[in-house]
Amino acid sequence: MSNAAAQTGSPPREAIALENLSVYFGTGANAYAAVAKVNLRVASGEFVAIVGPTGCGKSTLLNAVAGLLRPAQGRALTLGRVVNGVTHEAGYLFQQDALMPWKTALANVAVALEVRGVARAEAEDRAQQWLARVGLAGFAARYPHQLSGGQKKRVALAQTLIRDPSILLMDEPFGPLDAQTRGLMGDLLLQLWQADRKAVLFVTHDLDEAIALADRVVVMSAGPAARIVSEHPIDLPRPRNVADIRLDPAFHALQRAIWNDLRTEVMKAFGEQGDGVLQAGASA
Amino acid sequence: MNRLVLLTLQVLVAVALIGAWHIATTYQVLGDVKNIRFFFSTPVDVALKIWKFFVTGMIWKHLWITLEETLLAFVIGAGSGVAVGFWFARQPLVAAVFDPYVKMANALPRVVLAPIFMLWFGLGIWSKVALGVTLVFFVVFFNVYQGVKEVSPVILANARMLGMNERQLLRHVYWPSALSWMFSSLHTSVGFALVGAVVGEYLGAASGLGYVIHEAEGTFDVTGVFAGMVVLSAFVLIVDYAVTLFERRLMKWRPGPALNETPPKW
Repeated sequence: MSNAAAQTGSPPREAIALENLSVYFGTGANAYAAVAKVNLRVASGEFVAIVGPTGCGKSTLLNAVAGLLRPAQGRALTLGRVVNGVTHEAGYLFQQDALMPWKTALANVAVALEVRGVARAEAEDRAQQWLARVGLAGFAARYPHQLSGGQKKRVALAQTLIRDPSILLMDEPFGPLDAQTRGLMGDLLLQLWQADRKAVLFVTHDLDEAIALADRVVVMSAGPAARIVSEHPIDLPRPRNVADIRLDPAFHALQRAIWNDLRTEVMKAFGEQGDGVLQAGASA
Repeated sequence: MNRLVLLTLQVLVAVALIGAWHIATTYQVLGDVKNIRFFFSTPVDVALKIWKFFVTGMIWKHLWITLEETLLAFVIGAGSGVAVGFWFARQPLVAAVFDPYVKMANALPRVVLAPIFMLWFGLGIWSKVALGVTLVFFVVFFNVYQGVKEVSPVILANARMLGMNERQLLRHVYWPSALSWMFSSLHTSVGFALVGAVVGEYLGAASGLGYVIHEAEGTFDVTGVFAGMVVLSAFVLIVDYAVTLFERRLMKWRPGPALNETPPKW
């Protein structure tokens, strides 16, 4: 896989740019501001993770970049172009199962190429290669319900990456998996990403995962009208191993620094859910 | 439960029922045997009658007619149900406009339509097919409508992100989803097609299983009625089994029933 930016010669420096972006749900007096005035830039080849309390609008940001949501104010740009409709340069890995249950693993991956006009035989050939890259060479004929949660995620990863998108949007993709599988999926993702360095915007509520994977961690405030609280460059050496890096002292220093910001927001979000008692604990 | 034990128990139920029937119509237990025989016939007579149906070959013609009506009613009803269900689900305005009429038409007991269909389509197979179609159509229509409307939004968003246009979404997402809902109602709709055919024949026809039963009833031939019913039930079981085989082939992507449906008893 060659870098998409390298093919075009002069790569746009910014893969993703959010400019003063606000998204509302509903209209009129009942409008709910999910995110307000967010500014964020992701360089091409950069891996950025967004962390924040639940319900803070992390996924909303991704959907705005993907073109699945229309911003109320401001704009999102991908590769220098304003997002207006579904962004075809971006691949999107969803938290929930998004595979078509009536297609086999192979057909699910191949269809990503077929819809672009690649002939079926070639599409299946390349899909088979991608299944092998995510470690599922022997599972091509299985239907999604015959795969485990981690295997389904790997098929989804192959389905997204086979199109060679220059931007990868990931919405807590490993959230539903158990801790061990999550670590392994992180390693697989890093290994695939290392090969051609796409720009990644990775949303998670798991700070450890964010630090282990990303070049930069962005902390979002509690909703409504969530905004970016702080940004932290992660200068841990690559290639990384998700399980081992957690033992690194530098990892702990970063974890402490970011958690300091994140904790305030998490407690705020918790308090808004009507549990006032815990706010007292937050200040302790 | 062991398969053999289950089968034995199932056979035992049949033996007990038929045995009771035989005793009540042969020995003086519940009163006058002659009287009881008039109303209930006897298992032996019914068996002989069925034997005669097949030996003389008269039943094949009727079975064939009923099967033909059932299949036609199913194909036409399911086809139009899929088409209209799809159309309504993709055009919310159309669905909203027709909603009260669809509900009204579905609320109507279909049997009252039978005389009208006789008038319109005559006493041949088509009036029975029409009756079956009105039954099948609504089952398939409601299922497909629901199926297309309730396609998982995540699967849809994912398909869009993969670059699918409207036509490709229709082919790769909406269509398989609608079909899966149609197949989930397959047993019901095939059953309804058969009900339409038999009820239609019963109300006025010159052939078919419904006609055989109706004719026997007209001459107080209880043996003939029972024999017709047994043949009809066997016919339904065979059709239903064929549907199951068909379903298994087409719906292999569906998760099967859980392995342990009941917790083990220690």
